[in-house]
Amino acid sequence: MATVHVPSSLRDLTDGVAEVEIDAPTVRRLIAELDQRFPGIGERLDEGVSVSINGEILPDALYEEIPDGAEIHFLPTLSGG
Amino acid sequence: MTRTHITCTINGDEVEFLCDQDETLLDALRDEVGLTGVKEGCGTGDCGACSVLLDGRVTCACLVFAPEVDGTTMVTVEGLAEAGQLHPLQQCFLEGAALQCGVCTPGFLVAAKALLDRNPDPTETEVRYALAGNLCRCTGYDKIIRAVLDAAADMQTATNGGSTAATTA
Amino acid sequence: MTVTEETTTSGPGYKWVGTRPIRPDGLDKVTGKARFGADLALPGMLEGAVLRSPHAHARIVSIDTRAAAAMPGVKAIVTGADFPDPAELGGRPDEEMVAANIIARDKVLYEGHVVAAVAATSRKQAQRAAAAIEVEYQPLEHVLTVDEAMADDAPLLHPDLKTRGMDPAPEEPSNIASRISHERGDLDKGFAEADLVVERTFTTKPVHQGYIEPHAAVADAGENGRATIWCSSQGHFAMRTMTATVLGWEPSKLKVIPAEIGGGFGGKTVIYLEPLAVALSAKSGRPVRLVMDRDEVFRASGPTSGTKIRVKVGVTNDGQLTAAEAWMAYEAGAYPGSPVGAGGMTILAPYDIPNFSVEGFDVVVNKPKVAAYRAPGAPMAAFALESVLDELAAGIGMDPVELRLRNAAVEGTQASYGPKFPRIGFVETLEAIRDHDHYRAPLGPNQGRGVASGFWFNAGMNSSATVHVNEDGTMTVVVGTPDIGGSRASMGLMAAEEMGIDVAKIQSIVADTETVGFNDVTGGSRVTLATGAAVVEACRSIKADLRARAAKTWDCDIEEVEWVDGQAQHAGGGETPLSLQALARKSGRTGGPISATASLNARGVGAAFSTQVCDVEVDPETGEVTILRFTTAQDAGTAIHPSYVEGQMQGGVVQGIGWALNEEYIHDRDGRMENPGFLDYRIPVASDLPMIDTVVVEVPNPAHPYGVRGVGEVGIVPPLAAVANAIAAATGCRLVDLPMSPPRVLAAITGKADG
Repeated sequence: MATVHVPSSLRDLTDGVAEVEIDAPTVRRLIAELDQRFPGIGERLDEGVSVSINGEILPDALYEEIPDGAEIHFLPTLSGG
Repeated sequence: MTRTHITCTINGDEVEFLCDQDETLLDALRDEVGLTGVKEGCGTGDCGACSVLLDGRVTCACLVFAPEVDGTTMVTVEGLAEAGQLHPLQQCFLEGAALQCGVCTPGFLVAAKALLDRNPDPTETEVRYALAGNLCRCTGYDKIIRAVLDAAADMQTATNGGSTAATTA
Repeated sequence: MTVTEETTTSGPGYKWVGTRPIRPDGLDKVTGKARFGADLALPGMLEGAVLRSPHAHARIVSIDTRAAAAMPGVKAIVTGADFPDPAELGGRPDEEMVAANIIARDKVLYEGHVVAAVAATSRKQAQRAAAAIEVEYQPLEHVLTVDEAMADDAPLLHPDLKTRGMDPAPEEPSNIASRISHERGDLDKGFAEADLVVERTFTTKPVHQGYIEPHAAVADAGENGRATIWCSSQGHFAMRTMTATVLGWEPSKLKVIPAEIGGGFGGKTVIYLEPLAVALSAKSGRPVRLVMDRDEVFRASGPTSGTKIRVKVGVTNDGQLTAAEAWMAYEAGAYPGSPVGAGGMTILAPYDIPNFSVEGFDVVVNKPKVAAYRAPGAPMAAFALESVLDELAAGIGMDPVELRLRNAAVEGTQASYGPKFPRIGFVETLEAIRDHDHYRAPLGPNQGRGVASGFWFNAGMNSSATVHVNEDGTMTVVVGTPDIGGSRASMGLMAAEEMGIDVAKIQSIVADTETVGFNDVTGGSRVTLATGAAVVEACRSIKADLRARAAKTWDCDIEEVEWVDGQAQHAGGGETPLSLQALARKSGRTGGPISATASLNARGVGAAFSTQVCDVEVDPETGEVTILRFTTAQDAGTAIHPSYVEGQMQGGVVQGIGWALNEEYIHDRDGRMENPGFLDYRIPVASDLPMIDTVVVEVPNPAHPYGVRGVGEVGIVPPLAAVANAIAAATGCRLVDLPMSPPRVLAAITGKADG
């Protein structure tokens, strides 16, 4: 089970829910699970969003395994100047 | 339109070119003579990227009409190195990392040469004011000022040592 | 941790990393040979000119190009009608915005918005023809600031723009493109625990990246539906992608060749001229060169946002921050996309504050669409927060560095924007400033000292690199990230360290879109980290290959072969070592050419922190502020080429000083920019400044092979507040509006009795 923190920019799709518990082996499956609960969120998470698992920011994390008890944050992919 | 025939000396060579009456020296150097080391940053004399030595005076080429340079002698960045030997300023800019993007560098080198030609041992403040007409957005000027002071010191050493070669300490 | 000042070596026993060789492209740049965007001329090339809107907001009623097209030497004219409708490109909303920004269709949204472009046999004739295009406009009401744009009855730029991130979603359109928020804890409780609460509202003006080289592009479209573009940009792959999108082409039909780039600072991560040049070239059948003049650069290329930020922070008498609240509105320019998201994520990031709320708005106004500018969104946010922290420290009688130290984020702190921090070096930058002799140097009358800190994420993103071993035992490192500040030198140093050969034997080059794998832009302070990691990975593949060849040569197991000091050595010492040169010479008989490529989406991004101290003197007669002394301490992770690390730190600081003291877009009531030149838009010059002292703090990033964090951006984050705090110390006046130009400072001093 992992704790997923929903960024404010996506909470219009989650009825304001900021934190959900999800059991998924990989980030790809986790996003699919989220999309089932909150239709449309999968597409938004496809638009340049990075995933942070226990503090490490992973830009290409689709196949990343999620350890039990992980803290998951979705962050906008920022490039910079 | 009738074009004007110009004869002048650039970097030691006699050069002839044709230009329009209202063409700037900057455009003529870049487009007619092929000296693209002279850069356009503003076209209004505010940035110094097009600095050339015109009869020994540092001048923004964008503020001079090309027909005015008939019979003059000019030095551009392309003429600073002689016989394969970099000018001490060029050497000190390289060693001191005094450039980042490098687009302002030709203008700085020319303006700094004009300074050292008339004041071989400038203070930091004198260097800062002499180069105040040249804009650099990358470096914060720190390493440029140091490079010019280093070049001045190198040239003094070389002169005192009786040699004209650049030192590369 | 090590703190090194003006040092020539660093790191744990590195031979090349931490040294200061001359950069590979340096010679061309001091002799005038380096070719920048506008320096290329092709046979038969036409010159272009662009017609731009004189109105801040207007409907285009008609465009008549007939008279212009009939002029001698005019070979092609394009208008919005020559490009696919952005809404039908099938791209993402932000791509539609890019397309609409390149050339206007039914409406112009800012002064400088492109209406048409012309190619002719000379630039002057193209300009005359552009001026001869007849455009009928129906002017519309405009908005220039977030206050105007957010007003209830504001005229709308985009009639169907509805705010994202609102709950419930709004039914009516507005100029607010999106809302972001972050919160934690209990704000009321936090403020109730505070002994002192300070609340201030700050404003900043749009400022321009100010690169000295204007945008330039040359395009040559062939009969075969393909085109080649030479341009100066921070990322030629991004230029290819975006240009293809705007044209409705497949990206592979475009080849983009990078010119040397004369400064970018974020402003050259986006396209402006490239699609126009391709369209003109396709229409005329000849190569076309388009070059902006400085006026166009100011009016039509990306400044960063003007902002309004309200900050409220509470502190206990012993210096614990208890709560923080921030409300932030950022101008996006004519299309959504201000850096308010990053502003909201960075504003509290350096500190561990238990209760906070951050709310931000992305607001469209009738000004040029903003582009990234060095740590986009962070400097204005830090200006607001770090000014308030300064006031809080003074209010409780605590040293401002000490206040920051007591609340500084460390490894394991839950960052305000979400995840926990890995190993970071913020505390080390604070200690470096606290312990610097600058911090204790005496001050004279009318002088003051200010400190401020800043945070930037740094980026990773995609990089590919290829490394070749040449037959003479030298190496070529091929990257696809344009070199703005010396990255070719850094790539060479990491390759030299990895291979154990002299850096002089390595040539680093930036290759075009068909010669090296995909690369994201040079931005986000990411190149030394991400492209560097790709170079290191490619070198490691090559070393494995070389060891395998040596093992075959010696008929031994590869495990018995070590790569040491640029040569293969037999672990048992029984064989004469094989140098890179020897192996290269025989490569044709040992498996073919020696070459390796590495492609990655970089992980392990290391956050950057900077702390700075600034001394100013304020002239009480004129309000002029002189920077007397400036010291910046920044965590670089590892300084690969210390000179260019220092250069990035110094350059960022000076851009921040310009932002603080002089730079601003000034618009008249009609929404026209009044200062589109370097005379009136005043960036710092050499005589304005002292030397900028650097303390390179090195807390290696554990996730990078050489500990790199990225150094390009964070240096611009603290100076706005550092200067404001120094002015406050010198005058007793808290300035909250940028720039702190002499009239503003004088008004503050003379009005001091009231405030």
